[in-house]
Amino acid sequence: MTNSWTDIKNTDLVIIMGGNAAEAHPCGFKWVTEAKANRGAKLIVVDPRFTRSASVADFYAPIRQGTDIAFLLGVMNYCISNNKVQWDYVRAFTNASYIVKDGFAYQDGLFTGYDEAKRDYDKSTWDYVIGDDGYAVVDDTLTHPRCVWNLLKQHIAVYTAEMVERICGTPKEKFLKVAEMISECSSPTKAMTSMYALGWTQHSKGSQNIRSMAMLQLILGNIGIRGGGMNALRGHSNIQGLTDIGLMSNLLPGYLTLPTEKEVDFDSYMSTRGFKPLRPNQMSYWQNYRKFFVSFQKAMWGASATPENNFAYDWLPKLDLPSYDVLRAFELMNQGKMNGYVCQGFNPLLAAPNRAKLTASLSKLTYLVTMDPLDTETARFWENHGEFNDVDSSQIQTEVIQLPSTCFAEDEGSLTNSGRWLQWHWPGGTPPGEAKTDNWIMAQIHMRLKDLYRKEGGAFPDPIVNLDWAYADPGEPTAEELAKEINGKALATVYDTADPTKVLAETGKLVPSFAALRDDGSTTCGCWIYSGCFNENGNNMARRDTSDPDETGAYLKWAFSWPVNRRILYNRASADLTGKAWDPSRKLIEWDGEKWSGYDVPDIAPTAKPEEVGPFIMNPEGVSRLFTRGMMRDGPFPAHYEPFESPVANLVAPNVRGNPAARVFQDDFAQFAETASAEFPYAATSYRLTEHFHYWTKHVWVNAVLQPEFFVEISEELAKEKGITHGGWVRVWSKRGSVRAKAVVTKRIKPLICDGKAVHVVGIPLHWGFTGAARKGFGPNSLTPFVGDANIETPEYKAFLVNIEPTTGPVA
Amino acid sequence: MNMELSRRQFLGAAGAGVAGTALGAFGFGDIEAAHAEAIRAFKLVNTTETRNTCPYCSVACGVIMYSKGDLKKGEKAEIIHIEGDTDHPTNRGTLCPKGAALLDFVKSETRLKYPMIRKPGLDKFEQVTWDEALDRIARLMKDDRDANFIQTNGDGVTVNRWTTTGFLAASATTNETAWETYKVVRSTGMVAFDNQARV
Repeated sequence: MTNSWTDIKNTDLVIIMGGNAAEAHPCGFKWVTEAKANRGAKLIVVDPRFTRSASVADFYAPIRQGTDIAFLLGVMNYCISNNKVQWDYVRAFTNASYIVKDGFAYQDGLFTGYDEAKRDYDKSTWDYVIGDDGYAVVDDTLTHPRCVWNLLKQHIAVYTAEMVERICGTPKEKFLKVAEMISECSSPTKAMTSMYALGWTQHSKGSQNIRSMAMLQLILGNIGIRGGGMNALRGHSNIQGLTDIGLMSNLLPGYLTLPTEKEVDFDSYMSTRGFKPLRPNQMSYWQNYRKFFVSFQKAMWGASATPENNFAYDWLPKLDLPSYDVLRAFELMNQGKMNGYVCQGFNPLLAAPNRAKLTASLSKLTYLVTMDPLDTETARFWENHGEFNDVDSSQIQTEVIQLPSTCFAEDEGSLTNSGRWLQWHWPGGTPPGEAKTDNWIMAQIHMRLKDLYRKEGGAFPDPIVNLDWAYADPGEPTAEELAKEINGKALATVYDTADPTKVLAETGKLVPSFAALRDDGSTTCGCWIYSGCFNENGNNMARRDTSDPDETGAYLKWAFSWPVNRRILYNRASADLTGKAWDPSRKLIEWDGEKWSGYDVPDIAPTAKPEEVGPFIMNPEGVSRLFTRGMMRDGPFPAHYEPFESPVANLVAPNVRGNPAARVFQDDFAQFAETASAEFPYAATSYRLTEHFHYWTKHVWVNAVLQPEFFVEISEELAKEKGITHGGWVRVWSKRGSVRAKAVVTKRIKPLICDGKAVHVVGIPLHWGFTGAARKGFGPNSLTPFVGDANIETPEYKAFLVNIEPTTGPVA
Repeated sequence: MNMELSRRQFLGAAGAGVAGTALGAFGFGDIEAAHAEAIRAFKLVNTTETRNTCPYCSVACGVIMYSKGDLKKGEKAEIIHIEGDTDHPTNRGTLCPKGAALLDFVKSETRLKYPMIRKPGLDKFEQVTWDEALDRIARLMKDDRDANFIQTNGDGVTVNRWTTTGFLAASATTNETAWETYKVVRSTGMVAFDNQARV
């Protein structure tokens, strides 16, 4: 989230699209209710189902799953055509005026440079014209035909209200009502907030779904202001934190990136990470990359990371592929190229797509290790549970080691919520049996590996045996010790670069924030964006002061918000070019002629002059991007692509199937139903229920009672067509698997008319398996396709094709 | 910090006092005594309160856990009640149907208690000691790493990567666990390292 949960009370319009906050994030949704009750805010819900969020909305519009980009570009087209644009914001704070290279174009669903064999683009033309002064060329009048604004207008012109209706199945008048309500927020005194979740990410173009809304929010001037923003409602309690700390194939902590094998040495690695400003005076904060990277290396390898060995640059693995994400990992397993897998609090047998492939893949491993507080299906993938896990144990040669871990109630440390608050929590109970903390388990594995390498030698032991491990008890680092490492410390006295007489941190002390980090090896820092979380003032994540001056919802003294306790990202954009709030009633920070100050920690250098320095300090342009250069694999503008399994062909690009830049493994392509398939005619989607949390709460008695068994939801129309009764048994199958479920026949789902064709939606909730207190059942992943988003490989769970028929129940 | 007298605790204590006084003022002294005897003692009176956050979604509602026994004093502690933290700015004491049932998560019958190993081809787990489990894991990892570690690629570039064992990190462990996990996993050169963010 750019903003926080408590900030939602400041909004005028909430749009829930790609999520269902009332059911999936109920206590956060209360801030929507608060805004409606106290500000007269309105709520719009756009969803294939009439969800519980929709039931309390001021306006609901149905949409076919997988068509959000067409809808959002349609809204953008409406706003621009009707002059509903916050012009001063767009001119000053976006790249609307930047001139794009001549070679760049878009035609028939493809951008310039497409290579069909590689399913990838040569992105060299997707960039600005750079002038002789080294800066991007701009046209402040927005009249140049190659400026971003005019290219954008041209790109979205096809997405008319009529086209939206044909693609999305949203009746034209409903779409226009939504567009009109949204467009009102182009006023500098009106704010809209976007609340989205996995309903947007779980598509083969998930990143571009989100990008479409981000662009719309920029055109409306809603980023950086109270009650505005792009608010990703993360699924799990610390998935934000695990991402921030970079536990992903290609990441280092704080969104630094792992080297690729093309970056043969430290110099070549840094050569593409210089981030020279693209316009005069801009902060381009990533210019500090080297400080963050070197401090991270020092946190990893301490005294062994030296200037002489380029701070142990070669001790990091170098990637030969863009990423070894979870989909690729299972693909490699299935090809017999992976031997071991460790699952720490992760149940991929239910969480990853195409269950049959997952079972086959896990069965090819030599060993599998799981760590969980609760039993999981993954740990028991080899155990026969009748139709719910129909395997022959004797044929599975995988050795499985299941480790019992503590749960939240027995563990100490911080979790990062969706609003970027790092909140410390304390243990209150003794763990059951011999369950141990993850800190203990990971330390024990490391210590044993290190001992083996010391005794036996082996393949390149250096990074293991020299890992900095100076904990009081090396067998179990404490949460406080680790938090201090994340924050970082000074190995030598750090002086202020602007005033060398001023000491920022004495030798051995914790650094106050990332501003004190250096690139010469004199500082350490595990995760630069978290720096300041535990400094010489103490554990800032444990702060519990509820004061909130003027009730802005900032709560600056409650816990710690990254970065540097800032509550609203890009908050400098809440003020105009002179530094005055766009909306005086929504003041956040303002310029007093010498410095920025206000209710939040300024997201700009405190003395940066408002007319000179742009608010988007992480970008070398200093402004936000409506055109994103070559930074996304599937295009600098979003374009409508159908899901890989779609009930209809792509209306705007009939020859393009799915997202043309999404990676698809060969065997998986053969397992996709064809477009408009007669064999698999229905559009399925997956979702959560408010009574359950993923695959955990089926172990919880109360929740198992509340929602005891697996079901699927269909419309009355489809039920009638197929002879399915409410509460009767159905079989649902895709090209990859089959499930049996009770049918819920509901008015919440209606057929959508897309270009004259009725599309029936089948809803499949995801909470059942073969362990726990609830009845045994299936998950949607028995059916879902094995393909991910082009940029981040999030699987396409929200849009796929199935068939359905009435069947008989299991024999009692 | 989590030891402060909370708003809710204060109100609870004050409420009990008011009830007693009102009965006494009406001259029902004996009745008051009999009544007081019949009332079950407030079950949270002698518990230790600990602040925590709900482990489910990312709203991260504040919760208060009530335990018999105090971990800080080195005692065994049994959590007997969990409720919303009324002082928390986000949830202000409210919890959803999942958060309200957290006690049943802590006490679930399917909580894991002992390390287990399932040997190839068998149809059951057997309990093992932690030492057996951890020694076995370290051996399996090292053997696989030593056999498959790629120190240089075809062009002679140092790449130091290990592609044949993967690690899926969690979605609800603490940041501190995440950082420690990062160190342990990345120091081996493992690249098939991922978390639940994608799903």
